[in-house]
Amino acid sequence: MQIKPLSNDEKKSLIRRLRLILPQEAVLHLDEDLRPYECDGLSAYRNLPLVVALPSNIDQVQAILKLCYELEVPVVARGAGTGLSGGALPHSDGVLLSLAKFKDILNIDPVQRTAVVQPGVRNLAISEAADQFGLYYAPDPSSQIACTIGGNIAENSGGVHCLKYGLTVHNIQQLKMVTMQGELVTLGGTGLDAPGFDLLALMTGSEGMLGVFVEATVKLLPKPQIAKAILAAFDDVVKAGAAVGDIISAGIIPAGLEMMDKLAIKAAEEFVHAGYPLDAEAILLCELDGCDTEVAEHVERVKVLLEQGGATEVRVAKDDNERMTFWKGRKAAFPAVGRLSPDYYCMDGTIPRKHLPRVLKTMGELSTEYNLPVANVFHAGDGNLHPLILYDANIPGELERTEEFGGKILQLCVEVGGSITGEHGVGLEKINQMCIQFKTGELTQFHAIKNAFDAKGLLNPGKAVPTLHRCAEFGAMHVHNGELSHPELERF
Amino acid sequence: MSDITQKLQQQVAQAYSASSPLKICGGGSKDFYGRKIQGDIIDVSGHSGIISYEPTELVITARAGTPLSEIENNLDEKGQMLGFEPPHFSNAATLGGTIACNLSGPRRPYRGAARDYVLGSTIINGKAEKLHFGGEVMKNVAGYDVSRLMCGSLGTLGLLLDISLKVIPKPEAESTVILECDIQTAIDKMHLWMQQSLPLSASSYADGKLYVRLASNEASIKLAHQNMGGELHKDIEYWQQLKEQQLAFFDTKKPVWRLSLASNAPPLKLQGDTVYDWGGALRWLRSDESADKIRHAVEALGGHAMLFRNNVNQLDTFHELSSGIHTMHRQLKLAFDPANILNPGRMYADI
Repeated sequence: MQIKPLSNDEKKSLIRRLRLILPQEAVLHLDEDLRPYECDGLSAYRNLPLVVALPSNIDQVQAILKLCYELEVPVVARGAGTGLSGGALPHSDGVLLSLAKFKDILNIDPVQRTAVVQPGVRNLAISEAADQFGLYYAPDPSSQIACTIGGNIAENSGGVHCLKYGLTVHNIQQLKMVTMQGELVTLGGTGLDAPGFDLLALMTGSEGMLGVFVEATVKLLPKPQIAKAILAAFDDVVKAGAAVGDIISAGIIPAGLEMMDKLAIKAAEEFVHAGYPLDAEAILLCELDGCDTEVAEHVERVKVLLEQGGATEVRVAKDDNERMTFWKGRKAAFPAVGRLSPDYYCMDGTIPRKHLPRVLKTMGELSTEYNLPVANVFHAGDGNLHPLILYDANIPGELERTEEFGGKILQLCVEVGGSITGEHGVGLEKINQMCIQFKTGELTQFHAIKNAFDAKGLLNPGKAVPTLHRCAEFGAMHVHNGELSHPELERF
Repeated sequence: MSDITQKLQQQVAQAYSASSPLKICGGGSKDFYGRKIQGDIIDVSGHSGIISYEPTELVITARAGTPLSEIENNLDEKGQMLGFEPPHFSNAATLGGTIACNLSGPRRPYRGAARDYVLGSTIINGKAEKLHFGGEVMKNVAGYDVSRLMCGSLGTLGLLLDISLKVIPKPEAESTVILECDIQTAIDKMHLWMQQSLPLSASSYADGKLYVRLASNEASIKLAHQNMGGELHKDIEYWQQLKEQQLAFFDTKKPVWRLSLASNAPPLKLQGDTVYDWGGALRWLRSDESADKIRHAVEALGGHAMLFRNNVNQLDTFHELSSGIHTMHRQLKLAFDPANILNPGRMYADI
């Protein structure tokens, strides 16, 4: 459905009616008040909303959505705004619905090992609150200090520990959601499953397109008895990639298995002095956790596997301090790379791990072709790439070249059987690449799903799933292997 | 081992144009599950074979008609397994039926359900369109998660053609601690142990005995056992019998209910006998009690009750949905199957 811009009178009426629902200070509409909401973590894309609404309870959220449904005004939900794909980019004619005031942890049940939280609770705050019971919340996106659980669910966030402990979708038990019509529904239940379709799975990662989350029950895990970290250096990235396969085929699932290439190592080392070997072409960081005796045995086996796999150096952290130092460099990799260049562009395509050599080689060639350096940080265990393209937005045309380069990397991920996004979401950033990932049939099915929940198309319009028209235009620009994508569509 | 996609697609296309319902069948091992429906049989069992299996990638992709046993045997040869320990209920069980029903075995609370392992799928929707969602990678957030939505939807949204699953390594060793105690003690112990980061892989209570399976290396199992008490047993048949419903408990003509609720919920005051699985979160109730009474008791605790076996009076199998959620089901059904031809009525009268 086409969104109609509001007339000035309609805008005034919307603000007036929002003020009947919310206190004066919770409805922002002056430019200077709207400015902090103009973008999310993908700051290259900016747009001011018509109005920002800051509800503090579920009744208010329901009333706002009912109002917007009636007036046919778009709604974009927002948590902490740390998303990296422009998913929370405001709509010029719409309400930016901030869930920032929903920041209470409502209950922690140490026996059932669950936490009931409001959507604006920070990811790390859950683990901090559960710590007194020896429990924690497993998914740990790098932005966990700031990002909120509502956004994590909307994006199905991952993190360095998801190879062993799963993504957000594996760690959510119940979700309260308000529909675009303003109805409050509960998905999931107190048990491990619920009757009917798995709506909990459908909502997780739905990027604010199907409903607004207002409360979640998340699963907590007992903290492992012990965690050990191993750092291995390689003189060849291909050998490092192969070593990952060796560990996994030996029947060992590490809690985290990360890889960094030379440029990323150099950046991280200069930034936090983690003691990384600067002469290495790649390093692997492998964390093993669980019961004492099992971890001890696995550490020995992994050491041998890494050495057999051609590691030039293998270090086991002697204590938790050294383990944290190993991780410090990896966790600071993005800001560290940020120091090398005025701007960087981070992608998150995933690939079957076996194609790593081909993908890295092609990425190197593209880097030369575009004359833009790339640092690679990689969730190696689960095939999630994080190429960071270094560029300078002040140089005219460089952002556009960077985006084009990034688009080619994502296209390559799809070609080898992977995905354009492993954890950051499509948002607005990768909307064109969705046309490469999916054909007309799948996209049409996605639109039918959207229509089932939001027939007026008011929730986060223009994000996550491209229109077929958009794909036709994009396809006309990007003819792949001589084949026009979506040839059945009329060209405009 | 063959690919009969075209034939299946043609049959769905014919049914779509004639608006005539189809009943999707695989091996028939779970024919009893769900509401009884009418429709022309569309047989997926011939669409079979493992398409790819890469142990180092921890991923297997197979056609829906592939026997579950064939998949498990292939994984076993490489020291891997399906983490959700699916029940077969007969030798004919197929992968498609397993995923369409989303049934998981005793390992479920500790390693996840069938839906947690689904990475991708190819389906035929109700308009006879062949569609592919997800893929063979562990992380993929492009588009809505249709593959997981298929899991447990009983073929009412789409006919599954092939499925990609994450697989996990088999544990080095497994042993079971058996302890005689009353049910409340058992519930307390299962929760206490779960909070302690012990290597649990199943816990169940039946006939006055608590069974807790440990999966790790021998040394860790021994240590855990010292902490837990009871007797340690290797290679017992209990878990297989529980999973396949071959315990004497299931040899009955009475209705058998599947209750899913908070694991630490107290024993329900309902007439009949109960076997506990999933650390208390799944309870099999053998009872002549009225459906209303059972459903109310479970619902009061935030759970749901399913009439799993011996549905002699042809009652609804699944727990009633709230009206808001039911409407979403109707809308989704329409979005995938506008002519209402795929297993119509298998889940609810209008789904």
